[in-house]
Amino acid sequence: MNGNVLRVENVTMQFGGVVAVDDLTLEVNKGEIVALIGPNGAGKTTAFNVITGVYAPTNGAVYFNDELIVSNHPQGKMKQLYQGENKEKFAAVMEKTPDKITKLGIARTFQNIRLFKNLTVFDNVLIAKHMRTKSNFLSATYRFNFREEAQMRKEVMDLLEMQNLAHLKNEIASSLPYGQQRHLEIARALATNPSLLLLDEPAAGMNPQETIELTSFIKKTKEEFNLTVFMIEHHMDLVMKISDRIYVLDFGKQIARGTPEQVQSNERVIQAYLGVEEDA
Amino acid sequence: MKKSTKLLCSFILIIAAVGLLYYLDNNHIKYLYAISILERSAIFAIVAVSMNLLNGFTGLFSLGQAGFMAIGAYTVSVITIPVGIRQSVYYASGINSFIAKIELPLPLALLLGGLFAALVAALIGIPVLRLKSDYLAIATLGFSEIIRALLASPQLAKITNGSYGLNKIPKYSSIFVPFGIATICIATMVLLIRSSFGRAFLAIREDEIAAEAMGINLFKHKELSFIISSFFTGIGGGLLAVYMQSIDSSTFKIGITYDILLIVVLGGMGSVTGSVFAAFLVTASREWLRFFDDPLTIGGFQVPLFRAGFRMVVFSVLLMIVVLFYRQGIMGTREFSWDGIFRFFVNLPKRFMKKKKAGGTANER
Repeated sequence: MNGNVLRVENVTMQFGGVVAVDDLTLEVNKGEIVALIGPNGAGKTTAFNVITGVYAPTNGAVYFNDELIVSNHPQGKMKQLYQGENKEKFAAVMEKTPDKITKLGIARTFQNIRLFKNLTVFDNVLIAKHMRTKSNFLSATYRFNFREEAQMRKEVMDLLEMQNLAHLKNEIASSLPYGQQRHLEIARALATNPSLLLLDEPAAGMNPQETIELTSFIKKTKEEFNLTVFMIEHHMDLVMKISDRIYVLDFGKQIARGTPEQVQSNERVIQAYLGVEEDA
Repeated sequence: MKKSTKLLCSFILIIAAVGLLYYLDNNHIKYLYAISILERSAIFAIVAVSMNLLNGFTGLFSLGQAGFMAIGAYTVSVITIPVGIRQSVYYASGINSFIAKIELPLPLALLLGGLFAALVAALIGIPVLRLKSDYLAIATLGFSEIIRALLASPQLAKITNGSYGLNKIPKYSSIFVPFGIATICIATMVLLIRSSFGRAFLAIREDEIAAEAMGINLFKHKELSFIISSFFTGIGGGLLAVYMQSIDSSTFKIGITYDILLIVVLGGMGSVTGSVFAAFLVTASREWLRFFDDPLTIGGFQVPLFRAGFRMVVFSVLLMIVVLFYRQGIMGTREFSWDGIFRFFVNLPKRFMKKKKAGGTANER
């Protein structure tokens, strides 16, 4: 409708009595780098999990390229039986498990790295190509899909070379240093051919030098793959340097939004990060 | 090691194996016992690899093997017993008029047995594969017992002969039949594991959440793995029926699943060659250890431990020793390679040296 890649509308995520995300509304436009920041426990990762379909939200909806991908279920667990208004729309949304959402073009990385630890670097990235294959298990078993397979391997090799991971391709993923594991996770996400990349704390655990490299790396990758990037990050240097816009969350609520300059000077953001001075 | 050397080694090994089988087959009267052990090992190798596909490669801890073997075994038995002598097998309860006239050659019967097992697995998989780890194991165990109970039920007596079981199943025409089928089945599973789908299974084993985020449909791939594993388990069960020549439902009690689990764990979860090796090792060592069951007299004194059943005690102790020293099974998640063998023999002297130097602290690690 208005050309944004991702639109989150009034998403609330409640776990029992805890409201992890409270009425969050945000949008990410094509080609932007948008950051989601906030103190620990503000609900940033929960918001990511709602967007990627890991959690079904208590309320609200998420649109990707104006297609409804996540929505609260009209009747909770009885959703299959829902016969009311817009039932076709809800039926389509219910089918959207995380793998289907990835297929639509949203790729993500994880806050605490989730690589396939005992597999090689090459296999880690190759697995991400699996969902785009057209062959069925019989033709794959008896190698009738050898052209597709060779194509896949070539693409993965190109991707690894671009990420400077090619020399590590036969290493076991868990044996890599931390920074390279993060790089590998991004490479794996890119292998799914996404149009929107969600990065969950890409700079966590990196030293200042690595963080600077990451900044240029994200910018470069964004241009090369024609991506839109939506990221959670704690390193303010990084966030302020590369974001076009920033959303700030605190206790599940959005407390500020705007350009880096606007956010930096916002009273409530400073309060959320530094605390309020109580007058006697 | 050069690639050509490796190829040569593999070639020699295959020729030697085929030659041995050929020799045994030609002198089968003399080597009846050895042939019987080898055939049993080959059959268990299929079932162990198919269980490994599910447990070791997809990470689904299933204990339903006995049930799927039973389905394969009964299917194969029912349609390979010669039509002429069927009345004598079904003397007690009579025979269903539809199946009375159907007789298929062994390969087709095995295929059908596998397909039936796969079909049942597809149905069971829908509710069961939503469970994880131990709960999945218990649910599949339950279903396996249900299948066994159904096959023995009087309501199915006209097909399965109820509690009487089936006998007079024609035996193998040669030792190459079980070995040929085992080779085809295991090769297919290896190819599957190394394909794109096999990698997806591995991804699910490693991390379900990450696998799903990489666009792998968890349910579809778990179900696929379960169906394929059950298909080959069914074929293995069919082969076992032909090997034993007579079956009844008590053959497929939970004990047989544990035997296979033992092979898989001993060989290494996630190693095909480990499973095959362990299948031969376990089946054969059970027979080799038979002399523990015979009374032993040393210098006029009869050793009291040596009597029927002691074999299993020794076997269990050996198992514990192996598991203590090889935590991940004999092969772990590695596969057999000539390089590995070569390295093993080169490093063997070094290992001994190290142990001597380390002395008492060798146990640490």
